[in-house]
Amino acid sequence: MTGSIRRVAAVVLVLFGALFVNLNYLQVVKADDLASNNANRRQLIADYEHERGRILIGAGNATRPIAESVETDGEFKYLRQYDPGSLYAHVTGFTSPLVGRSQVEQAFDQALTGNAPEAFARNLADLMAGRERAGDAVHVTVREEVQQAAREALGDREGAVVALNPSTGAILGMWSSPTYDPNDLASHDFDEVNAAWEQLQGDDDQPLLNRVVSETYPPGSTFKLITAAAALEDGMSPEQTFPDPERLDLPETSASIGNFGGSLCNGGAPLSLIQAMTVSCNTTFAQLGIDLGSEALAEQAGHFGFNDQWEFQLPQLAESVVPSDLDAPSTAQSAIGQRDVRTTPLQMAMVAAAIANDGVIMTPHVVDRVEDTSGRIIREFRPQELRLPDHPNGQSVSSGTADTLTTMMESVVSSGSGQSAAISGVRVAGKTGTAQTGEDRPPTVWFVGFAPADNPTVAVAVVVPDGGGVGSEATGGAIAGPIASTVMQAALDLDE
Amino acid sequence: MSASHAKLEARRRANTELGLLVLALIVCLVAYALVGLAREPRLPAGMAVYGGILAGIALGTHLFTRRVAPGADPLLFPLAFILNGLGLVMIRRIDYAQGSELAPAQTVWTIVGVALLILTLLFMRDYELLDRYRYLIGIAAIVLLLMPLLPLVGQNINGARLWIRFAGFQIQPGEFAKLGLAIFFASYLAENRQLLTVATNRVGPLMVPPARAFGPVLAVWGLSLAVLVFETDLGLSLLLFGLFISMMYVATSRVAYVIGGIGLFSLGSYVAFLLFAHVQDRIDIWLDLWNSDAVGAGQLQQSLFALGTGGVAGVGLGQGHPDLIPIVSTDFIFSAFGEESGLLGTTALLLCFVLFIGRGYRIALLCEQEFGQLLALGLVTLYALQVFIIVGGVTRLIPLTGLTLPFVSYGGSSLLANYVLVALLIRVSAGEVGARPAPLRRSRSSQKAEG
Repeated sequence: MTGSIRRVAAVVLVLFGALFVNLNYLQVVKADDLASNNANRRQLIADYEHERGRILIGAGNATRPIAESVETDGEFKYLRQYDPGSLYAHVTGFTSPLVGRSQVEQAFDQALTGNAPEAFARNLADLMAGRERAGDAVHVTVREEVQQAAREALGDREGAVVALNPSTGAILGMWSSPTYDPNDLASHDFDEVNAAWEQLQGDDDQPLLNRVVSETYPPGSTFKLITAAAALEDGMSPEQTFPDPERLDLPETSASIGNFGGSLCNGGAPLSLIQAMTVSCNTTFAQLGIDLGSEALAEQAGHFGFNDQWEFQLPQLAESVVPSDLDAPSTAQSAIGQRDVRTTPLQMAMVAAAIANDGVIMTPHVVDRVEDTSGRIIREFRPQELRLPDHPNGQSVSSGTADTLTTMMESVVSSGSGQSAAISGVRVAGKTGTAQTGEDRPPTVWFVGFAPADNPTVAVAVVVPDGGGVGSEATGGAIAGPIASTVMQAALDLDE
Repeated sequence: MSASHAKLEARRRANTELGLLVLALIVCLVAYALVGLAREPRLPAGMAVYGGILAGIALGTHLFTRRVAPGADPLLFPLAFILNGLGLVMIRRIDYAQGSELAPAQTVWTIVGVALLILTLLFMRDYELLDRYRYLIGIAAIVLLLMPLLPLVGQNINGARLWIRFAGFQIQPGEFAKLGLAIFFASYLAENRQLLTVATNRVGPLMVPPARAFGPVLAVWGLSLAVLVFETDLGLSLLLFGLFISMMYVATSRVAYVIGGIGLFSLGSYVAFLLFAHVQDRIDIWLDLWNSDAVGAGQLQQSLFALGTGGVAGVGLGQGHPDLIPIVSTDFIFSAFGEESGLLGTTALLLCFVLFIGRGYRIALLCEQEFGQLLALGLVTLYALQVFIIVGGVTRLIPLTGLTLPFVSYGGSSLLANYVLVALLIRVSAGEVGARPAPLRRSRSSQKAEG
């Protein structure tokens, strides 16, 4: 029997050999795959083991968190809380155990987890000393008063409002409607997160979309600022006059361009560039576009940041587009912000801000500093000219052109299409826009502008797609102007 | 071997055992301390109690076996002891993670288990005693095996009907039935092995042994299928069949039994696969773990995550997440070691099992009695297959079937049965050096030689 006992033992040995080989396969060869598998919650638990840094808002003593992590006794130790959730949803974004991160939570994840490259030496020292430290805080430039004003002014309508400081590029308000509550996605109840995520993803109104930076719209007549800038830079005088036809026949086709409501701009008499801007005369600017050519329009737009993916703090910046290489009829359409011209609200706010800032365009930013738990600044984002690849100094137009455009925009608000944006006692500069988006669809309406015109502290862009629910009667003046006025007022009130 | 030589050898072995026990005790205490230190920066409060109980068990058992089983294998008990001790540490650690209170109960079962080992050795001075009561033991084993099917006492837990409720305790009678069957087989085969080896009947082109010799073969096949079908316990069924085939093979040296046995079992398994959804689920999970939506795919995924996260060195005792693995204190306790102690830890654990199994086969080889040989072989094969089936299952080498990891998993029935198994092996091994007390009756082989 001993022979067969040996053979049984040998078979058992082979079985155990297979166990050893398989264990080596799992714990050596496949170890990393298994450890980083999405369904393996260990990494997630480790991520939630440390207190994530806060997202702060406000200045001086009024500084307060709009996102912070609170300790729980669940499997995931720290719960991310947003207060008030929906007001800053498109600023903070969310950080979720299941569906990733967005906005500041995504872009500043390293800092918020305390792992910013700038903090390397400190972290090393902490490690040596066995100190536990919460992640670093990220301070945002958005101001509650401005954000609240934008929310109230826009109400239930779909749209976007952005306000920034023209001389620094600091974003004071960034409101996208509809919004959502990031707390629903940060929850540790996975069923709740999945349900909320499915609902948000499936919503046709796209509440997760940050319309200020990640969506483009046809700019309509607000684009006339760029057409005018190109003409002025080309040496044209603001007093130059143009004829006032009922319709402008476009070359090479049988098509023509008319004015809003089919009316004349100046009773048929010649009108100046300033007058044309004031009443937003389509025929004048279409003709200007044809005269300048699509190359010149695209180049001027490029100096404001169009046609380029410049670096921005938040993810998913959509590129604003002005096509070149167009034939004359298309160029005429582009010159009045129709056809293939598309822009983010942020980009149009930057055009207004550049004009307000003597032609110098500042890099827009929503985070101005990262600080540790004791308030020591680890990283600061100082005001900086926007550096574009082929236009590195941020001078989008000359100071003189900026002055002239300011005069024109003041005229728009004081006596033209943008009177609804006026603020009593303050000189406001602006431009309305009403972009046709299709035969039977209500227009996308705009207002861009800044105030005070002589010493600007705030520039805004407001867009309300699909006419804000009032149908084809909607205009930038009627719908967007009052919103811009409210938001600018709120920003001006900040400056004590 | 002279009596004084035997005595010297017995003393040498006993001293070896004592040294190994001290080593095992140190390993267990260090592991216990690490688990506690991972939680708070001081030695765990229960350490003195744990250490005291383990030391008492080690020393008490050692002194006892030294007297009642002189010359016994010096590795068996220390290996069982270290596995049991580390199992207690891991169960304590799982308690921390889950907020459960399993460790105190397991400690009590450990004490009872060791007491059972001592009692077995004390009252069974000669394992030939088992030979005498083989039919009683065999019938008791079958009754135990089928007991969970009875109404009132039978309990369904985790989808398998393996439990009975008795006097407030939940008992898995199958754990003891396995031992009983191994004893019965050893005894039956030792007596009938000649009969089974000689082919006297013609069936078609094949010469086969007489039909009555096949009675037990078919009975066990039916029994293990009954377990599979009515108790939905794949693991136990596989274990019984593996046990029987290997014992038949050793008793007869005929490969035909192995082939025939595997054929019969395969047939039974295939029918079970066709008939039962839970068998199909197990196979589906095994073949296509990551896309399977069968119930139970999640637990095997979690097991592999734990093993992968552990990697080579492990995340450190007390620093992993055993609570993420379902039924971690019993079936999946090996995976918890895999996460916290890594490949190094799982390899060390497996080596303890391999050493134990190696000693078991050595005992079978060295034994001079056929019954003793077959008994040791059966017991150690039972043990080896159980380790292989559960470790292979939680590492996805083979389809997962629920079994306990001997000495390590939480569970009183398993622990008690395994200590009895150790006691039986110790008793068989104690005969090796000639220090065995006088046999109660003359061994069968010598009877035959004389007859």
